[in-house]
Amino acid sequence: MKPKVAFYWCASCGGCEEAVVDLNEELLEVANAVDIVFWPVALDFKEKDVDSLPDGSILASFINGAVRNSHQQEMAQLLRAKSQLVVAFGICAQLGGIPGLANLTGAQGIFQEVYRDGVTPATRHRENGYPLSLPEFWDTVVALDRVIAVDYYVPGCPPTPNIIRDALHVLLGPDPPPRGTVLAPDQALCEQCPRKDTRPEKLLVKEFKRVHQVIPDQQTCLLAQGLACLGPGTRAGCNALCVRGNMPCTGCFGPTSRVRDFGAKALSAMASVIDSNEESEIARILDAVPDPVGTFYRYSLPSSLLGRRRME
Amino acid sequence: MPEVYEPKIVAFFCNWCTYLAADLAGTSRIKHAPNARVIRVMCSGRVDPQFVLDAFARGADGVLIGGCHPGDCHYQEGNYKALRRVALLRRLLKQMGIEEERFRLEWISAAEGEKVKTVINDMVEKLHALGPRVPACRKEVA
Amino acid sequence: MSEANGGIRIGVYTCHCGTNIAAAVDVESLAAYAATLPDVVVSREYKYLCCDPGQDLIRQDIADKRLNRIVVAACSPHLHEHTFRGALVAGGLNPFYLQLVNIREHVAWVHEDRKEATRKAEDLLRAAVRRVARHEPLEPGRTPIHPDVLVVGGGIAGIHAALTLANAGKRIYLVEREPTIGGHMAKFDRTFPTLDCAACILTPKMSAVKAHPNITLWTYSEVTKVDGHVGNYTVKVKRWPRYVREDLCAGCMECLEACVYEEARVPDDFNLGLTKRKPIYIAFPEAVPQVPVIDPDTCIQFKSGKCKKTCIDACGERHAISFQLQEKTEEIEVGSIIVATGFQVFDARRASYYGYGVYPNVYTALEVERLVNASGPTGGEVVLRDGRAPKTVGIVHCVGSRDENTNRWCSRVCCMYSLKLAHLIKERTGAEVFNFYIDIRTPGKGFEEFYQKLLNERVHFIRGRVAEVTDWALDPTEEGKLVLRVEDTLASLVRRIPVDMVVLAVGLEPHPDAPETGRIFNISCSEEGFFLERHPKLAPVNTFTDGVFLAGCCQGPKDIPDTVAQAGAAAAEALALIDAGSVETEPNTAYVIAEVCSGCKTCIPLCPYHAVTFLDNEKKVRIDQAMCRGCGTCVAACPSGSIRQHLFEDEQIFEEIEGILAYA
Repeated sequence: MKPKVAFYWCASCGGCEEAVVDLNEELLEVANAVDIVFWPVALDFKEKDVDSLPDGSILASFINGAVRNSHQQEMAQLLRAKSQLVVAFGICAQLGGIPGLANLTGAQGIFQEVYRDGVTPATRHRENGYPLSLPEFWDTVVALDRVIAVDYYVPGCPPTPNIIRDALHVLLGPDPPPRGTVLAPDQALCEQCPRKDTRPEKLLVKEFKRVHQVIPDQQTCLLAQGLACLGPGTRAGCNALCVRGNMPCTGCFGPTSRVRDFGAKALSAMASVIDSNEESEIARILDAVPDPVGTFYRYSLPSSLLGRRRME
Repeated sequence: MPEVYEPKIVAFFCNWCTYLAADLAGTSRIKHAPNARVIRVMCSGRVDPQFVLDAFARGADGVLIGGCHPGDCHYQEGNYKALRRVALLRRLLKQMGIEEERFRLEWISAAEGEKVKTVINDMVEKLHALGPRVPACRKEVA
Repeated sequence: MSEANGGIRIGVYTCHCGTNIAAAVDVESLAAYAATLPDVVVSREYKYLCCDPGQDLIRQDIADKRLNRIVVAACSPHLHEHTFRGALVAGGLNPFYLQLVNIREHVAWVHEDRKEATRKAEDLLRAAVRRVARHEPLEPGRTPIHPDVLVVGGGIAGIHAALTLANAGKRIYLVEREPTIGGHMAKFDRTFPTLDCAACILTPKMSAVKAHPNITLWTYSEVTKVDGHVGNYTVKVKRWPRYVREDLCAGCMECLEACVYEEARVPDDFNLGLTKRKPIYIAFPEAVPQVPVIDPDTCIQFKSGKCKKTCIDACGERHAISFQLQEKTEEIEVGSIIVATGFQVFDARRASYYGYGVYPNVYTALEVERLVNASGPTGGEVVLRDGRAPKTVGIVHCVGSRDENTNRWCSRVCCMYSLKLAHLIKERTGAEVFNFYIDIRTPGKGFEEFYQKLLNERVHFIRGRVAEVTDWALDPTEEGKLVLRVEDTLASLVRRIPVDMVVLAVGLEPHPDAPETGRIFNISCSEEGFFLERHPKLAPVNTFTDGVFLAGCCQGPKDIPDTVAQAGAAAAEALALIDAGSVETEPNTAYVIAEVCSGCKTCIPLCPYHAVTFLDNEKKVRIDQAMCRGCGTCVAACPSGSIRQHLFEDEQIFEEIEGILAYA
């Protein structure tokens, strides 16, 4: 009997599903090697099908997306019960990801923004005497490991094919790494960056530039060109795809294992290279970072030390 | 929590200036509010923004960093690195809804025992005015 | 080792420090609380932990209870960290398995509410217990000591320190800003209380400095930069040109005679402007070195380029005078530094109510020192500006001292030098002398006896702070006089004392550029601006920068005997360093986990000591352990957490934070 595998998505954009498809022909090999018992985006299995499986009968569930409502939590818990391994797939499941930026506000703030003065979703509602219910929409987005135990993490927005391939390889291999491991190199991205050698030894920055303001040189370290490249603080693994596309790293592989708070460290590194000792000049230089949370916690706000903006 | 709200301040003091200033406040018997808990670091430049965020995450009502005056750093320029990081961190904390009175960087030289008192007393007063901070504002899962 | 002993085993020791801590903190409950914390095997309180029995207690427990971590809740680590590390070593533990909790300076001495103080002590203790569990064994570093010493300042303090060290066979660089050494003492006529001649005791020492084969004397020079650390300082010294070459000048002074200025016209700084000098001059006849200096601001050759240069003719074959000499910078290596940069006297103009600068016959004490000096402007005669001898003299004590509006401190020497001047003035002029004082402070060997002698000499003492000095005469006896208005607090009446001459006993204060000097030597100023000693009692000549010592009035006002004693102490400290050959350094260096460094180079420009270098082959950084000073700024910046710091590891600090905030 082939091992059973499940895929599920919580609060996600679908990019992680695309990433699986991006495995191309290899996906067929994977599909041949395993029995996919649940994959809402591709296969017509229902929740009740999972429900009917014995506990622990699924070898591995790959769950992408952050968790932000009660149904996502229930599905995560269901899959946890049925699976031997749960893999947080992609940075949203791992650290909260882009949906996690919603932690700068709460449920009411989001409804107000999205629905304005129209009808806002209600968890419980009666229509013509019949009860209707929707999943409870939380104030706070969380990463997967805040609602269930997670065995492995595959970072990325989305995980790159090579990372997925390597992850599958080690998971199915004879000697899987200890539980809790992030399945990517534990070094910063500069290690893989084609422009590494072009960063000057003593780089100090008088002016940060934003990506829409410049067309960067294609050979030179982007930080050296004043762009807020977060590669120095971001886990390697993607082979510097963005930098190869002449765009700075925004940190989608999250921090290394030695860092507790990605944003704090990225902020510290970036602020340290400001070439000024004068308060007003520092302030002027920092004006080029108008959204520090969005810059430094783009993918990790729910898993940051503070986790969310203080609720009013 | 104590019955009467007493704000708790985590203070990172550099070994050569502000920690000594706090020692001097002691030897000079300069009484001040008992709300600050000092963590000694060699230089204000050692204060990792993670420490500040961790303190807030664990329920500190305020965080105070004390370093040597500009130009007087025992390690030449460590305090300027602190200044740069604090400037950016302050903006981030604002976005995270943490009032600016809760996070303070002060230059206090080894001679300024009196300033240890004024800074801590002033900060405590401001924190009292703000009231208790919602501790560890992490998510509340249903 | 911790594994062998069955995990972390912490001993916690809380010190009463007599009643210093126990009076403000509930030590018993604190110790009982500590016993409840995780991994704490034993918790004790003791009267004085720093004494031998206290340390024996720790040593014994390490053996009996197989402890492998120690927390001591006592005083500041700046005071006794070293002591308690010794107790760990005595018990066979690595000294860095210790964490101190400062419950004296930071708690007991500054808080009045016993409950709150105890609560704070508990928080700090909990933090330390959690931190110490993360401590790791470390080996202290060692750094060799360069045997040469820099002495900065050529007053009596610098001279004495330099000679002491040079006599011990060490090589000394003595740097003095003025064209001559000698400092303030060279200006004095007699010294209290013995009334021995200042020049007779100072000038031989000055000459000895010049003659000493181990001393390199650089006058008219200034230290501009100091790099490095204890044992190994690199110092830049800027040397202004005298326009007279020291190596060629024979000190005949014929050039002074020959100067085209027949009359001296430039106010003479050494005599505080009481006399004039020529553009080419020597500060005073016994100056060391015996080499004139040309002041380019007043020399015609420098101003117009059209001087007859009679000085060069006078110098003749020696060719010592050169208008082409340029400022130059010397760079030297030394292992330790003695800072003896002295003081300045209070500017009497700031106490405007005493009329200095307004009434010609109001003098500062230093001016009168010159007047009574046999080699001074009047040859030792005390005369007024119009040449008359004063018949009555008023000496105002505490000018710019003990005053909220000027300087708060007592300048320590003014009482005694006022008594000395009173004696000398009376001796030279027979004048009636009044001293106006707040308190007479004579706490020194022979000082009180000197005061008694003055009383017997019928010098008048009026206790009261002088309100003002005025020339406003209210009756004919005051006409043409200066009137001191004072409340005589012993007689309880306001008096007006008319005198011919007023002497202001100006206080001592730090040089205005002391903060700048402090920055150069990486030392701090205390509140009033004098340099800060490491400990007021136990390390009075040390600073917080190892290898930099203090001597003389730059550390605070003091008289000549104390200055000389302190200079000797500073020299002894330097000698101790040199003879030890090397010094232990705190192993708080930053280090790179090489296998995970991505080579992003963020850290490199942050290091002020160039300790971080990029390895071109490995494409990673490396931190030179000998050059790292342990500030940790690179650690805080490393974006991938690949740089760590011994003694200040991230985990240790996180444990402290979390320990403080873990509400019990």
